[in-house]
Parts: sequence; C-alpha cells; structure tokens
Amino acid sequence: MKSHPLLRLLDRDSTLFLVLLGAFAIAIPVLNLLMPDGSFLHISTYFVSLFGKYVCYGLLALSIDLIWGYVGILSLGHGAFFALGGYAMGMYLMRQIGTRGVYANPILPDFMVFLNYSELPVFWYGFNSFAYAALMVLLVPGLLAFVFGWFAFRSRVTGVYLSIITQAMTYALLLAFFRNNFGFGGNNGLTDFKDILGFNIQSDGTRNALLVISCLMLGLCFLLSRAIVTSKFGMVLVAIRDAESRTRFLGYRVEAYKLFVFTLSACMAGIAGALYVPQVGIINPGEFAPANSIEAVIWVAVGGRGTLTGAVLGAFVVNYAKTFFTSGFLAPYWLFMLGGLFIGTTLLMPRGIIGTYNAWRAGRNEVLEENAKSAALEDGSAPSAPPRAAE
Amino acid sequence: MTATIPETIAETSAAPAPLRKKIDRQTTSALLYLDGISVSFDGFKALNELSFIIEPGEMRAIIGPNGAGKTTMMDCITGKTRPDSGDVFYQAGTIDLSLLDETEIASLGIGRKFQKPTVFEMHTVEDNLLLALKNDRSVRSALFWKSSADQEKRIDQVLDTTRLKGVRTRVAGGLSHGQKQWLEIGMLLAQEPKLLLVDEPVAGMTDVETMQTAELLKEINQTKTVVVVEHDMAFVRELGVKVTCLHEGSVLAEGSIDQVSTDDRVVEVYLGR
Amino acid sequence: MRVFSDRLIALVFAIGMLVGGIGIGHAGPYEDALAGFTTDEFSDTADSVTAVATSGSPLAPALIAALQDGRLLYSAKDKKVFIKTADDKLLDAETGKPFDGTPPDDIDPVRVNNRLRGVIDAANGALTLMAPNPNHRYEAAQAVFKSREAAVLPALDKALAAETNAKVKKALTEARAAITIAAEDSSAADKVAAIAVVSARGDQDSMALIESLPANQPPEVAAAAKAASAKIQRTLALWNTVQNLWYGLSLGSVLLLAAIGLAITFGVMGVINMAHGEMVMLGAYVTYVVQELIRTKNPALFDYSLAIALPLAFLVAAAVGILIERTVIRFLYGRPLETLLATWGISLVLQQAVRGTFGPTNKEVGNPTWMSGAFDLGGILITYNRLWIIVFTGIVFVALLGMLRFTRLGLEMRAVTQNRSMAAAVGIRTARIDALTFGLGSGIAGIAGVALSQIDNVSPNLGQGYIIDSFMVVVFGGVGNLWGTLVGALTLGIANKFLEPFAGAVLAKIAILVCIILFIQKRPRGMFALKGRAIEA
Repeated sequence: MKSHPLLRLLDRDSTLFLVLLGAFAIAIPVLNLLMPDGSFLHISTYFVSLFGKYVCYGLLALSIDLIWGYVGILSLGHGAFFALGGYAMGMYLMRQIGTRGVYANPILPDFMVFLNYSELPVFWYGFNSFAYAALMVLLVPGLLAFVFGWFAFRSRVTGVYLSIITQAMTYALLLAFFRNNFGFGGNNGLTDFKDILGFNIQSDGTRNALLVISCLMLGLCFLLSRAIVTSKFGMVLVAIRDAESRTRFLGYRVEAYKLFVFTLSACMAGIAGALYVPQVGIINPGEFAPANSIEAVIWVAVGGRGTLTGAVLGAFVVNYAKTFFTSGFLAPYWLFMLGGLFIGTTLLMPRGIIGTYNAWRAGRNEVLEENAKSAALEDGSAPSAPPRAAE
Repeated sequence: MTATIPETIAETSAAPAPLRKKIDRQTTSALLYLDGISVSFDGFKALNELSFIIEPGEMRAIIGPNGAGKTTMMDCITGKTRPDSGDVFYQAGTIDLSLLDETEIASLGIGRKFQKPTVFEMHTVEDNLLLALKNDRSVRSALFWKSSADQEKRIDQVLDTTRLKGVRTRVAGGLSHGQKQWLEIGMLLAQEPKLLLVDEPVAGMTDVETMQTAELLKEINQTKTVVVVEHDMAFVRELGVKVTCLHEGSVLAEGSIDQVSTDDRVVEVYLGR
Repeated sequence: MRVFSDRLIALVFAIGMLVGGIGIGHAGPYEDALAGFTTDEFSDTADSVTAVATSGSPLAPALIAALQDGRLLYSAKDKKVFIKTADDKLLDAETGKPFDGTPPDDIDPVRVNNRLRGVIDAANGALTLMAPNPNHRYEAAQAVFKSREAAVLPALDKALAAETNAKVKKALTEARAAITIAAEDSSAADKVAAIAVVSARGDQDSMALIESLPANQPPEVAAAAKAASAKIQRTLALWNTVQNLWYGLSLGSVLLLAAIGLAITFGVMGVINMAHGEMVMLGAYVTYVVQELIRTKNPALFDYSLAIALPLAFLVAAAVGILIERTVIRFLYGRPLETLLATWGISLVLQQAVRGTFGPTNKEVGNPTWMSGAFDLGGILITYNRLWIIVFTGIVFVALLGMLRFTRLGLEMRAVTQNRSMAAAVGIRTARIDALTFGLGSGIAGIAGVALSQIDNVSPNLGQGYIIDSFMVVVFGGVGNLWGTLVGALTLGIANKFLEPFAGAVLAKIAILVCIILFIQKRPRGMFALKGRAIEA
C-alpha cells in the first residue's frame, strides 16, 4: 500500500527544509529589529535585503526545478517570467510614487513625463491597485507560458530545441523592453519606488516584512510543488521525462501535463520576480538577459535537480558565493568560477549536492539492508537504477 | 485537434461508392483493417500498399526480415507515423486511426509493447503498473488521485500473472532484460486494451522464459485480440496461430505456420534454404 | 585632405581655361565681391560666394576653400578680407600676397550656415566643372544638380560644350535641366524638356527636384512633372527593393558565416555548443593580434593582414575547439542539455580570459585598402567590405561542402554521424573523428571571426551577439543540412532587411524571432528536415 499522502509530502528532507526556512524567517527579523546596533547578534538591514533576494532566487530555482528536474523541460527563458512578474510589481510601485516623483505628476510616472507621454498607456491602467497588480503578477507570466507552451508542446518541440526557443523568447523580450516607446521605462526600467501598501519601502520594518513574506511564499510554493511531484501527476511527469513517447502510448495527453506544470512554474517565477523588485528597488530590462536565465539553471544543477530542496539550496549557495567573490579582490575571477561551476557540475556532479548526498545515503542504506538480509533472497544484488540523463 | 469519431464516419460514408475499392469498410467485421498503406522515408518505401485484416479475438503472428516494415506498420496503427496513403480502420471500420494521435489511439484500447523494452526506469515496478492501469488519464484526476484497494488488487493480479511479485518495490531500471519484457507486458495487461500489439516480446529471453511468454500470450488471447511481431520461429510455432510474412513493405504470404514456412518465396527472402 | 588638394590644383587650372583673358590684379568682379564678406550678413556672403565663383579669379578656389574651413577672416572696420593659411599666416584676399601689416583688432571668421554651405558646394561645382579629371567634373556636375544655383549656368554651358566624356556629359545635361526646372523664368517648353531629362535620371534627388516645383505651373509642366514623379517613384521602388535585397544578402552572409560552423557541430554532430560565438570572437582577436604585430614590425604587409590572419584564426579556434571536445564535450555525448550548460560555462571562461588579456574595451581592427571604400551600382551604394564578405562566405560554404563530400575526412565524418557503431565497426576511429569534426566547426567559426572583425566591434562580447541568431539559422534551416543553413541564413537576412523599413531594426528583429519561434513549432525539424526513424533516436 502507498503511504499516506501527507507522509509522502513531508519526507525527512522537506520537513528539515521547512523548519530551516521558518527558523530564518523568524530569526533574521528578530536579530535585525530587536538586537541593539552594536550587539554581536545584530544583523544589518543590508543582510536582511540580501537574504530576501536569495529567497526570491530560491523560488525562481524551485520553479525551474519543477519543470527541469521532473519533466525534463530545460527552460532557458525563465528569467523572462521572473522579470514579467517583477515588472507587474514595479508598475504598481511606480504608480504609488504619485506626486512625489521628480516631475510631481499625479498620474504619469517620471519616465513618461520625460518621454512626453500625454496620458497613461492603457496597459498601465489598474496598476494603482495592489490586488490588480498581484493578479497580473500571476496572470502575465502564466499567460505567456500558456500560449508559448501550447504551441511548443503541441508540436512536440522538445530537448535542446525547446531550450533554444525559450532563450529566443527572453531575448526578444529583452530587445522589446529596452525600447523607450514600449512603455516600460526603456533602458532604465522602473525605480525610485517610495512605498508599498502605504509602508515606506526603505524602512527596516518593511524590509523584514518583505523577507518574511518571501519566505512564506517560498514555503507555500515548495509545499505545492511537493504535493504535485508526490501525487500521481508527479509520477506521470517523471514518466514523461524518462520515456515521453511511451507515456503517450499509455494514453496520457503529454502536452496537457507539460502545459499545466510549465504554466504553474511560470507563475511561481512571476511571484519570485514580484517579491524581488521591492527588495532590490529596481527592475530593468537586464533581467531579461538570456545569461540570467541560464545562470538560474545552474543554481538548480548545483543544488541537485529533481529534488526541490536542492534547487533552493543551489540558489543560496551560488548567490552567496557570487556576493562574496564579486565584492572583493577576487571579482575579476568570478566569471571563471561561475564558468567552472557550469563545467564542473555537469561533468563531475551531475546530480548536484542533494542528489549526490541522497545517492550516497541510499547506497549506504542498501549495504546495510543487504547485510541484514544476509543474501537470503534470489538475485537480490541487482544494482539500483543508473541515473538517467533527464531530457 | 483531430476530427471526432462520429464526424469521421459521416464524412467517409458520404464519399461516393466507386472511390471505395476492395472491401467496403462499413460491412467489415474486422477489429483492425489495413488497406493499401504506403509510407516512405526520404524515398525509401518502408511500407508499400500493405493490406491485411485482424478479426476480433484473433491472435496473429507477423514475421519478416529486417526492414520488412513490421515496426513501421505498428507505428502506423498506433499513430506514431502517418501513412502517406491508405486506410487504417479500427472496430469494424467505425474509426479511422490515421486521423488520431498516439494518446487518442491508446485511449481507444490499443496497447503496444515496444521492440526495445521501454519501462519507466526511475519508477518502481508497482508504480509502472499503476501508471499503466486503466483509469482516467486527465491532468485533474492525476493531481487528485488517491490509491484504492481496488487498484491495489488489480496491480496484485498483474504482478501475479507476470511473476514480478518479488520485485514489486524495486526500481524498474534495475530489472533484468527478461523482467523488463515481462513488466512491459504487465503494463499492457494493466491497460486492459482490446488490441495488443506486441513487438518482439521474447528477444533476449531464455528458452524457458520464451515458452512461458508464449503461454502468457495465449492466455491473454482468450479475452483480447493480439498481434505479435517476432523473429523467433520456435516461439511463433508455439503460438500456433495464423502467420503473416511481410517483405519490402507488403504481405508476402499468409496462412498457418506450416503453409508459410514452406512457401518458396518466404524461404527465399526470410527463412533461408 | 588629399582629394581636396588635388581638386585645388585642378581648379586653378580650370579657372585659367574658363576665364581666359582676365588678368591678375585688375579690379574686377572678384575684388568687388569681397566687400560682401565684411557685412556679417548670410545673404551678402552668399551673393559674394556666387560672384567670386563666377569671377574667374585664380584666387577664387583658395578663398572658397578658406571659407569652407572657417579660415576666411574679415574686418568690418577696415572692410578687408583675409585668408588664414594652414600654418596660421595671413594672406590678403584681394592680392593673395602675405599680409605684412598689423591685423585689425576686430578680425573674425566669416560665418557660414547650412544654406551657405549649399551655395559653397555649388560654387565649388562651378569651379570644378572643367577640371581635367573626369571624376572631378562628374562630382561638380552632381553638386550643381543638387544646388540648382542659376548663377553657375554660364560656366555650365561652356563646360557642356567642351565635354567629351559621355558620363560627365549626361551629368552636366542633368545639372542644366535641374537649373532650368528651378529657375522661375524658364519657358514651359524648356521645363517640360528638362523634366524629361531629370525623370530619366530617376533617383531620390530627381524626386526632390520635381517635388520642389512651385504649385503655380503651366498645365503642361504640371502634367509632365506628375508623370515624371510617378515614373521616378517606380524606379525608386525598384532600386529600393534591390537595395533591401543587397542589405539582406549582406546580413544573410554574415549570419551564414557565423552559423556555418554551428551547422557542423550542432547540425552534423548534434553537439550544442554555446561557446560557438566565443570561437568567432577568438578569430576576431587573432586578426587584431596579427594586425598589431604588422603595425609594429612591418606596416607594408598591412594589406595582407587578413590573409595571414585567416589560417591562424582557423588553427587557434580549431585547437581550442578540439581541446574543449577532448576535455569536456566527449564526456557528455548523449546528454545534450548538460552539454549546453557546460559549453555555456566554457563561453563565460573564454570571454573572461579574453577580457583579462586584452581588456574589456573594443579593439581597433582596420580594413585593408582593398576592403575599404565603396562604389555605386545604379541607385545603390555597395561597400567593398560587405561585397568581400559575401564572396568570402560563398567560398567558405563551397569549400566546406566539397570537403564533406570529396575528402576522406568528410566521408568518415558523415559515416560517424549517420551510424556511429557501424563506423567504428569498419575501423573508423570515431573519437578522433569527433574531435576533428568539432575542431572543423570551431575553426570555421574562427575564420568567420576574421571576416566579422571587419564590420563589427571586436570586444569580448562579440560572440554573444551572434549565438542566438546562429542557432536560429541552423534550427530554421533544418538540422544536419548545410543547404538548409544557407537558405535559412539568406531568408532570415533578407526578411529582416525588408521588415526594417516598416518596423525599425529592433522590432524587425523581434518579429523575426517570433516568426521563427512559431515556425519551429510548425516544423520542429526546420525547413529541410530529414525524415525517417533514424532521427527519432
């Protein structure tokens, strides 16, 4: 018999992950707000924002792992969904500035006044409402992913072809958002935000609240992803990853499964982007750069794809390394390290940190079990399945 | 996406009678009806005006040399390849398979076992069977699926039939070649299809396993229609059913194993003197 | 500067012929005209320029050249005009002799505005109309055609009578027709005849000329103008198409050059190499290094720099390619997505290595003389570097095709890609062929870099700009098919250039990307797809 769904959902790793995430979400604000400035235990506001940023990256990595690790769809354009979510949030924040902008126009954001817009473009309507913006955060990336995926999966574009066209998609958006007349601030993007839901975006309280909300969203999305991958739906996803055509012959509508999870993943990436923007204070077209998307993929690879926890871990590890190395005298060597990380992970540790650890642990358990059973069973020494390259 | 079944019937029955050569599909009782199928890949004719009929409840063995078009024929029936010309009809001519895709064809009750055993290597044996088990294939039902005693019972039955009970929780990728073949047959059974297409089920099996497989297929044939593609003549003889020999994409000979194996042309191109 | 001094000498000569009897030193139209420069009014200056140009004074060319360069000075108080020489000496404009008094304290350059520049060009035109070099005369006629300065008419008629060169004569006739059309006092019949001449010319300038006709024309002139305008419009549309085709061909050849190496590594081997663009970049940097060495060691060889760089770029890129294949890619065969990530990592490393060695800024790579300049072909301007790149691309394509078809290596490459285990069974060392094929693809990317260094900025990011486009070309054309790559590149190049006038460069690019995304979804295997079971594996 199958174990209870809740038990499958919350296995050892997942519980540990959620406990750690919760601990951070409580400890960091406490240490930042309650500890006196000079105290040994005080955490700077800079660190709060930095950690908040990592949490958003973790959510982006989670969304990539859901489709790459479990269905084998390598999206090199997930940065686009992240950025679109970010822009939706940025538009809300822009409209909150109101008359406090340089040009003090109550309706038009500064860049529009500067570019001689006479009125607000239609697609900016409604963004003064947070609820509407929040809806758009989900809807815009979700819709793009749905339309894109509908075309792609229906015509069975798979593997590297899909990767290349997702990259072309984010590249096209990059070019578009760089244009001034596209209505999103062109080169400079959206910035100079003042407040969010009436709270000053720069204040310590808001920053801590944003961190806690980010952790909460990451936790929720993680639980949702776990629920999906441990359900029969998740089994079908893995079946598609390992033998797509076989799954079709079993009567599963592969494109529907892919489309559902791809759209969901894009929505998660959108949420990550929306939480990211108020914490870093800017969104610009650079977020659409193909290099960003592919870098997010390597977080997942480093942490271990197909593990969910690994994706988040990878995002934290790689980004912490990036923060650490790009700020010191090692800065010129960071790209060497990042490049080396791409090469090394794929060559030496294709299962990533968590995957390698799990394999090691499984191997040890198997040996223990073997010893216990003392080879009573026939052909019991069949090796466990070799890891298949996910495609 | 593709025409629904009733439309198909209306559409083709409206076609003027002279256009329908040979047997009228409306009057055929055949479960599977292939007429004049041709498929070419870059000039190479994989199938050339292939025609044959499988009656409901029948078991048919297909033999033929490499490149005779056996696998391409399977591809045409299961929707993997679209025929360039010709008709593929199912269930007494009521359904035009050439208009449907793999998923739709599978859900009509046509199950297929591949030449190279293809199981879901990362899933356990029982999960492989669970995925194959006949039930709602929609995204929604997969998301909200719960295990039930009924399904467990079905899986147990199939595990019994295919003698895989001992490896129930083992990952499929770790099975032996023969076990994978049996698992794939088990998955076919779990699907509860009306028509089974079985491509080289005994390749790589020991003689004992081969005979066991023949027994299993005969057992299955008691309730379902089966088409077996196989090179192993001893196995085909053991099945003891009507044999069709393909050569260069069309039927070379058809009849009992004794008739076919003594046919001069079959001996010439396939069996050897 | 050289062209200018040529012209100056020619002018002095021409003026002598043109004015014949008028001697030096007499007070004449030249001397009278000088006063106009001292009033600081543009209209006076313009009149004076025309007067000087038609005066026939041998000093006129120097004076107009000085005016053009802002070296013509005047003193309003003394009513005197001076020419400042390049070495800062003052000449008296009236005599052309060095001025040896104290310069007046209110000395200032004569100001020039845009209208005046037109007048100056026309004046230069008038002065050059009888230059001995037919090219100079042709240019002068063109200048007159554009300026339509009526004052040039006497000089023009004289030049027309003396002209023997057919091309120049045609240009002079057109120039005369332009003046006739522009002049208000010419008769209707003259205008109609002139319009016919101009409409036969059929370019943008003729169009502008006919459009510039005031509305109150006699009916026959208006009708002729309308017909001519329509005719020119058609000619222009035709040339516009030809020009778009040419630009498209040019862009297509660049795309092909960048993608053709990828057609080998991705198309033939199935290895997705995200560091392909960096191979192109390496080729461009090899060109830079070769040119730097030539500049410092033996500048005379500069025109041969590309010929020297080509084999070197091929070898360097091929060597790097083989190194990558042997150390990374061969461990990842059958895992395309991981290959993609690993080669992306390689591209980061290569970029950073080049950035560290040569610095992040653009490097100056010069055009050899045979690649600089341009010529006119009908209504379009063709630059030599674009032309050579198209020719070069063609050569590379044919050579590669021939290599794959007719050499032993090509045969073995095709064998390995079609059936690896069978190839191994007949004794082909597949690992060696893999490395060589990858080296070949990379080497071709390297020589693409040599060509692209001629038209693009040589910086560490050079390759990044091409990688997405290259993949689009290969995927669009159909994987594993060099002809598909050719057709794909040219189609994309031409489509892009035809879209640009409507949508602008960026939107055209976006539109093309979107089209390809849709196209791939319609035909996932590209235009020239291989069919059959083999590709499913």
